[in-house]
Amino acid sequence: MEELLEILNELHDDVDYETEEHLIDNGILDSLDIVTLIAQISDRFDVTITAKDIAPENFNSAAAMAALIRRLEEEG
Amino acid sequence: MLFTSYEFIGFIAVLLTVYYLVPRRARPPLLLAASCAFYAFSGWENLLFIACTVLSVWGGGLLLEKNLARQKARLCAGELSAADKKAIRDGEKKKRKGILAAVLLLNLGILAAVKYLGFLTEGLNGVLGLFGAAPLSAASLIVPMGISFYTFQSIGYLVDVFRGAVPAQRSLWKFALFVSFFPQLVQGPISRYGDLSRTLFEPLPLSYAVLRRGLVRVLWGYFKKLVIADRLSVAVLAMTGGQDRGGFALALLFLYTIQLYADFTGGIDVTIGLAEAMGVTVAENFRRPYLAVSLKDYWRRWHISMCTWFRDYLFYPVSTSRLMRSLTKGTKKVFGDKAGRKVPLYLSSFIVWGATGLWHGANWNFLVWGLSNWAILMVSQELEGAWGAFRKRFPKTGGKAWRAVAVGRTFLLVAAMNLFDCYPTLGGTFGAFFSIFDPRAWAGFSFSSLLSLGLTGADFALTGVAVVLMFAVSCAGAWGDVRDRLEKMPFALRVVLLLLLFFAVLIFGAYGRGYDAGQFIYNRF
Repeated sequence: MEELLEILNELHDDVDYETEEHLIDNGILDSLDIVTLIAQISDRFDVTITAKDIAPENFNSAAAMAALIRRLEEEG
Repeated sequence: MLFTSYEFIGFIAVLLTVYYLVPRRARPPLLLAASCAFYAFSGWENLLFIACTVLSVWGGGLLLEKNLARQKARLCAGELSAADKKAIRDGEKKKRKGILAAVLLLNLGILAAVKYLGFLTEGLNGVLGLFGAAPLSAASLIVPMGISFYTFQSIGYLVDVFRGAVPAQRSLWKFALFVSFFPQLVQGPISRYGDLSRTLFEPLPLSYAVLRRGLVRVLWGYFKKLVIADRLSVAVLAMTGGQDRGGFALALLFLYTIQLYADFTGGIDVTIGLAEAMGVTVAENFRRPYLAVSLKDYWRRWHISMCTWFRDYLFYPVSTSRLMRSLTKGTKKVFGDKAGRKVPLYLSSFIVWGATGLWHGANWNFLVWGLSNWAILMVSQELEGAWGAFRKRFPKTGGKAWRAVAVGRTFLLVAAMNLFDCYPTLGGTFGAFFSIFDPRAWAGFSFSSLLSLGLTGADFALTGVAVVLMFAVSCAGAWGDVRDRLEKMPFALRVVLLLLLFFAVLIFGAYGRGYDAGQFIYNRF
């Protein structure tokens, strides 16, 4: 989680990612942010995030992103 | 059948009467029959194109779902290792990709053939000309009404089924209704299956209040289209017809931008209002676009259904594709981690904006328009860090005055780029645009020169009042649907206001000699 928060803070350092639960719904992260984020997550966690996984429920909060990463790691 | 024609008004009157009389479960089949009749009005041969899309995408959706079910069954059968499960998933996914690709190829092929053959031939002739070869003759096919909209809507559905986001529609007639639903066939919006299907196949209960509410929005749409857009089109056509230098070019930039807004949002009001009157909910397509503080913000507010379509079905798949992932590895080695990551991102955006331009029209003008948007958005993205630091240093830049400046700047930018839409060639667009900065082109121009454009002073005054009203209502919408407030008004006041609106459309609508209740601008796309 800490590593994920580090990536997120690099993107926008003025957001409280530990409490914010509407990163997509509130327009805090836009499409360019999402793709940048995916590239960094893929690098650091060695997972492949595809367009199918890009849904608000997977990116609305840091916890949701962590859950997505865990699921992709399990699926190999 | 134009939305603004007497035939359409008659068609709607008959349809709504029957629609309200038949039982609830008979309403969706009636809508399909009405949609087919509406589409047949544009030419019987066009039905073949839409039927081809309906059948291929419906069949493709069923095959995809069958494959997903088979994958699930295989994964559940007996004890399987993680490697076995992965092999099953990969194998079945490959088959699904094949189905998806075949259906996409067919439908995009049809779209390309009817819409882009001339443009592609022109481009090819340019290359052949370099080698002294004889040019090819450009075949031109009739573009079926709304083909860009229904093709994209169908593709969105198929990709959603592929991703497992929505179940495939088993009923052919229901799927045909989703693709051909007539209020949105002319100019969108490009609805998502998950959104539209909720009320399209089981419309909401009808009542006098539902009918009234829907028709009020239809009337408001006609006000924008007939009183503002079609009146301004007289002046816009006069200017693009040759009177487009200096002050006229500047006037064109503003007047066309207002015309486009009134035309497109008016058309969408008619669409959403009609659907609403029939108990069907269609998603909103605009959110006060001319109050955007940046181009990025503007594209979150204008033609929302198209923008989110390109984002979800082109930008995300391209930017997360295997090809882009490989490219990222290469560019990171060359440019370093941070910059290297941006190259594929910007390349994906380039592809998306090029496609957005070409979706609007098969010519160089729209391609350059799309890529201009891309260039400005990418530069803004690069400057975001510096801008953030500037705002921290000067906190007042977050104030209302600064916001107003940002809104004005964005409006000017959008208006300037709208010039691409006014001309069929780049020469025409740039000629008009640069003449704004040429003092010689302004010689002899005054405000009274605008009266030579086919509109009288009274027309301009009337349009001015109508535009103020249009933007006031649009702004009021930020605090909730204006119709809710209308409903809360005393009955007599409400009736007076609606009668005023009705007679305004009837009396001040641009009909008759010199005017043409024209086709909606977005119908061309």
